Amino acid sequence: MEFTSILFYVFSLFFVGSSFVMITSRNTAKAALWLILTFFSAASLWLLLEAEFLAITLILIYVGAVMVLFMFVIKMLDTEESTLRAQFTRYLPLGIFVSLVVIVQMALVLNAGPFDLESVGMPEQHGASYSNITAIAQQLYTIYVYPFELAAILLLIAIIAAITLVHRTQVNSKKQNITEQINVQAKDRMRFASINKKSKKESK
Amino acid sequence: MIALSDYLILSSIVFCIGLAGIFINRTNIIMILMCVELILAAVNTNFIAFSFYGSDLAGQIFVFFILTVAAAEVAIGLAILTLMYRNRGSIDIDVTNTLKG
Repeated sequence: MEFTSILFYVFSLFFVGSSFVMITSRNTAKAALWLILTFFSAASLWLLLEAEFLAITLILIYVGAVMVLFMFVIKMLDTEESTLRAQFTRYLPLGIFVSLVVIVQMALVLNAGPFDLESVGMPEQHGASYSNITAIAQQLYTIYVYPFELAAILLLIAIIAAITLVHRTQVNSKKQNITEQINVQAKDRMRFASINKKSKKESK
Repeated sequence: MIALSDYLILSSIVFCIGLAGIFINRTNIIMILMCVELILAAVNTNFIAFSFYGSDLAGQIFVFFILTVAAAEVAIGLAILTLMYRNRGSIDIDVTNTLKG
């Protein structure tokens, strides 16, 4: 058995095991932590498939940003209610049934198509000088540059939507009144005071 | 040697676990969102496996866009969740039955 095969089985064990523990976990915060382990093992599997850029991206974006966002929301909201778990086992048979149907369907598809080593074959492994990021960037900035721009616009829309949804205008916040500032006259700001000369000398 | 079918079987197992998770944690919206993330990770593994064994980078670029869309989805989903909690005081999915006819 090759070393990469052993790595594949170890990582897939973590992938499947931690995802199973995640869905059966009763505490939402613990489930988020198990999901982080799932993402780490998925990133390790992607490294085995020579997708280094996406593996790093998965860890940076998902573990670094998305799961932290999840943890924020979990800790801010009151998710420890018992009512959330009251129907835990009620839909379990339905879930198992649907999963079994999907497993059977996928097994049929996998058996119908030739996906084993004899028919697909092992692609040649790239050397240590191969740069996955360079290869992706060459395609991303030439062929896929238009979808790339669209993705940027999508993220911008997501930012605007999230801020608009959650933002709450404060009633007593101090803000500028632009119209009033522009229409200000000199007499509003300047005040001519007549100073008594006698009192000025006395002060000296 | 690890074949393509091994990766396909692995990702289909994780996909089914995520699907079962949606049914099991039906009342908790945060858990449903996390199960959707799990399903997306399984699908992305599929894409990358095909990209590697087919020696075509298009699969990896598609995964890149899936990650972008999923990040946007999570941001908006959690914003809606916060709004729902603020208005109703609970994130129980059975409370949100306003549109029930």
